[in-house]
Amino acid sequence: MLARASAALLLPPLLFLAPRARASSDPAEAEEEREGHGHGGGGYRVVQWEWSYVQTPYVIAVWLLVASVAKILFQLSRRLTRVVPESVLLILLGLALGGLALLADDKQPYQLEPALFFLFLLPTIVGDAGYFMPARLFFDNLGAILTYAVAGTLWNAFGTGLALTAAHRLGVIDERVEAGLLDFLLFGALISAVDPVAVLAVFEEVHVNDTLFIIVFGESLLNDAVTVVLYKVYISFVEVGTENVQMADYFKGMASFLVVSAGGTSVGLVFAVILSLLTRFTKKVRIIEPLFVLLLVYLAYLTAELFSLSSILSMTFCGIGANKYVEANISQKSRTAVKYTMKTLASIAETLIFIFLGISAVDKSKWAWDTGLVACTLIFIFIFRALGVMGQTWVLNRFRLVPLDKIDQVVMSYGGLRGAVAFALVVLLDGQRVKAKDYFVATTIVVVFFTVMFQGLTIKPLVKWLKVPRSTSRKPTINEEIHERAFDHILTAVEDIAGLQGYHHWRDKWEQFDKNYLSKLLLRKSAYRKSELWEAYQKINIRDAISVIDQGGNVVNAARLSLPSVTSGASFPDASNVTSYLRENGSGVCLDLQVVDKVPGAKVEEETETHHVLAENLYKPRRRYQSHYSRHFMPAGEKERQDREVFQRNMKSRMETFKSGRHKRHKKERGLKKRRASDARDDGGDKPRRSIDRQDKDPVVIPVVSDEDDEFQCRRKEPETDDDVGITFVALKAEAPQKRPHSMTGAPPAADAHLPWKGGGAPWPPPCLSLEATKVIPVDLRQAWNQSISSLESVSEAAGSRAGASTRPASYAGAAPIAPAPLLEKNQEEEEEEDETVPLVPSRRPPVPSPLPAALAPGRHRKPRVYLRSLVTSPPSGGSEGPAGKGPTQL
Amino acid sequence: MREGRTKGGTWRRGCVSCPSIRAPKVPLAFSGGAMGSWQARPEQQHYYHQLAQKTGFSAEQIKNLHHRFRELSANGETIRAHLESIPTLAKNPIKKQIIDAFFDKRNQQEGESGRLEELDLGHFLMVMSHFRPPRHKSGEDERCAVRRQKLRFLFNMHDTDNDGTITLVEYRKVVEELLSKSGAIGHEAAKAIADAAMLEVASTNVPHMAPDEFYEGITFEHFEQILNGLEMESRMHIRFLDVDTSTVRCGKAGSTSTP
Repeated sequence: MLARASAALLLPPLLFLAPRARASSDPAEAEEEREGHGHGGGGYRVVQWEWSYVQTPYVIAVWLLVASVAKILFQLSRRLTRVVPESVLLILLGLALGGLALLADDKQPYQLEPALFFLFLLPTIVGDAGYFMPARLFFDNLGAILTYAVAGTLWNAFGTGLALTAAHRLGVIDERVEAGLLDFLLFGALISAVDPVAVLAVFEEVHVNDTLFIIVFGESLLNDAVTVVLYKVYISFVEVGTENVQMADYFKGMASFLVVSAGGTSVGLVFAVILSLLTRFTKKVRIIEPLFVLLLVYLAYLTAELFSLSSILSMTFCGIGANKYVEANISQKSRTAVKYTMKTLASIAETLIFIFLGISAVDKSKWAWDTGLVACTLIFIFIFRALGVMGQTWVLNRFRLVPLDKIDQVVMSYGGLRGAVAFALVVLLDGQRVKAKDYFVATTIVVVFFTVMFQGLTIKPLVKWLKVPRSTSRKPTINEEIHERAFDHILTAVEDIAGLQGYHHWRDKWEQFDKNYLSKLLLRKSAYRKSELWEAYQKINIRDAISVIDQGGNVVNAARLSLPSVTSGASFPDASNVTSYLRENGSGVCLDLQVVDKVPGAKVEEETETHHVLAENLYKPRRRYQSHYSRHFMPAGEKERQDREVFQRNMKSRMETFKSGRHKRHKKERGLKKRRASDARDDGGDKPRRSIDRQDKDPVVIPVVSDEDDEFQCRRKEPETDDDVGITFVALKAEAPQKRPHSMTGAPPAADAHLPWKGGGAPWPPPCLSLEATKVIPVDLRQAWNQSISSLESVSEAAGSRAGASTRPASYAGAAPIAPAPLLEKNQEEEEEEDETVPLVPSRRPPVPSPLPAALAPGRHRKPRVYLRSLVTSPPSGGSEGPAGKGPTQL
Repeated sequence: MREGRTKGGTWRRGCVSCPSIRAPKVPLAFSGGAMGSWQARPEQQHYYHQLAQKTGFSAEQIKNLHHRFRELSANGETIRAHLESIPTLAKNPIKKQIIDAFFDKRNQQEGESGRLEELDLGHFLMVMSHFRPPRHKSGEDERCAVRRQKLRFLFNMHDTDNDGTITLVEYRKVVEELLSKSGAIGHEAAKAIADAAMLEVASTNVPHMAPDEFYEGITFEHFEQILNGLEMESRMHIRFLDVDTSTVRCGKAGSTSTP
């Protein structure tokens, strides 16, 4: 005892642990502990075995780890995962693990427990699915989805149940299966519902077109109410016995369906409102915003379960309803956090479900095999699914503007996968009352395995073979997005004129209502003002930034577009294909509800990086050690430090360009020469000479470069760059038209006068045509940048020489004080924090006094507006210049 | 008039059998003199038949639209005034363009241009037919034609000065009206978006421009090109009521719409 006490003194935590270990009832544990005691020698316990204390969380953690590692392993072989869906591999893994466990022990220790499944695993998947449901697509197809979910499921359930009963009577199913009509109907009810987990897992890899996907997936979510009600009604019927069922009970069943579905939906919507309202007031507690989202969505599920309403419906509608408002209310970081958390949880839950399904199958105690029952069930569910789909589609097509054709129907029939929900429900059956439970369990396992494995494996080739239109995983171009909006308005208008009150009319009504009341109530004031158009704008801005990089930084400007007031043409920089780039970049509506950032295409890494970086839009400094730590607040980025960082990086990149860009430039130059012969006329485009000029101008900077450069070299070697590598766009020095002598450029066109960067207001830096177009970009974009800077230089040089002497000195004066870089460099070792709230629109940004040299001010001012400037960088240079106007004038 | 429509269900219309009887009583603001003849039943049938062939609407749909058209031209006011006073249209950001589209001759027939002073039923139906869903079993050619026709309609809407190109100014106006009327985005932002969109068109269609060239504006071919990826088949449609649904509502609507 003394030893124990001293041990406790040495290891205080163990004192706390020891009594619990003692209390463990498991003899094995106690034995273990005694052993530990013995090994410790002299009763002095250095290490203790505390299994029972940590058992539960430990097991959970290990399972999660196994599931995650399994996912990694599967991805090792791309050929394998391309052919075999992950769900299939997971089930196989589960079977293997189950087999191992069976060898070790007769009893299967880990199984898919219905409680675990319904309370934890399912909600994570449904929550993710609901929250990230493409709402517009969902509601556009709501009619079809509801039909398939309600009528289709009912048809399947009754059809399968009755057909099985008939088969039983006919003796196809063995007599040992003690089941009556009600049992078979019950079985039909639970086996007939299409399973959201399986559908997601399989369809995610198939990439069928959006409409098809949303119909199948929506059906699998919304049929929950039908399944729940049928299941409960039959259970209660089985319990009281067939003969005691009264007519009233059938009506009660019907009423219960209405209550369960409507109740579930309204619980979800109530929680959606609560959630939206809550996130409206989280400005001061940004850090727990994601938690609110996760908690309330989960609570919606639990509350519905509490009242035995349809929990899936509740959660789905909570997600769909709240998404718009929550996303607008919470910060960008929280959005990312919510997204990643949900995707992670859903992904891991799905993995676990399939592994556990595999394991649960290897349990002899449950199996009661009857070939007749299994075969009949498989055939019947397939036949009834196909018939049901055909019949309903026939009816639906009379109302649909875009009919579902034969191929769609085949995929829908074939995609009717059954999954873990059916399994959990069948395990929940009471073996005392439902005599044939074991047969049902075995059959369900076979059905689930067959649909997930066989159909899951074959649906991809089938889809290919049938040439089902795939989802185009590309983002809509700007024009398409504009026209999407236009369509909505046009169609509403035409319906109004035609005196119809159709879908568009009501959608418009709803949007008005939403705008006038709901958004006012549920959105933050700031978010309300922004509204969804803001998002569109932001997206477009980001895209422009991409296109700038894509075009090698060549600044494409609006002067190239013909304005009536501008007669001069502008030279066309080598416009590489923006849209093709955009097309490759990123996926459109994220239908793959569990895929966070799966970007197809060859340049995946680079594009993910770009996308990421750009999505965070604007400036993000390099991350340093965090010098202070707060649990409650994310330290907001400090602007001054950022500015210094910008500056520092600018210097670095400039030197980098200078050093490494030479040979590239020569190449580039040749290309440029071909493309625009006119450039050659202005001999300012001579790049090597210019580089030397620059070096002469900023001699102080050179020492800085060497180590920075080394660092850069190191980074370049790593193929995967950190996501946090920021991207900085420091715009070109201004060429504000009003700063130019009007005689030189001609009056800026009237249309341009109210462009933000051209209109008055903010004090503009003196025009500068030299190379202040400094961007710092992630390593893998470096090449693009190198190209860009050289082309920018050539262009600016050319323009500068033309623009006249009066602008030039000013620009050099502006550029010169950049020199004290090394000084600033030293201050940079503190932590830098990204500032995600940097707005895109310049007017929202108040000018902040800076301790930096005045020369930096333009850079800082410009920063937020660079995307816009990239579009319209220059005033269309005057038509008054006559022949010179034909020259390369875009800067 | 308006109350009736909102109260009385989807169509403010009499019974399907009514129009031929009531038609002569309703003052018709048609400009075409030849229109007088269709009021007698056989001629009307013939006229409907002609229209049906021209526009692709079914006879029932034409009847429905005809009724609506008569509503819009009642009271001796111009149709434009009626269109402009449709209450639900008031908040539509592109109200003006839509109404203009009805009076645009380019939407009537190939090769014509200019403005119509007043609409007749044929014109009305022609414009409406742009939004007719395609027949279920339409071939690839027909699909393309429908798509082209719809794009042409859009293009004409944007190309306000009717010179065959959407210039930047025109496009800016469209985008501005689409986006900034809702109040969220300022004119500058809308303009920037328009510029970006225009640039996109330019770079998609004319990737290699000579140095002294500049992009005049979007021609129809370019317009087709940029909206290539957009699925028009499912978007530019509205459901025009057929006989089956309208007869159901007939009694209800008739009671409120009868003067």
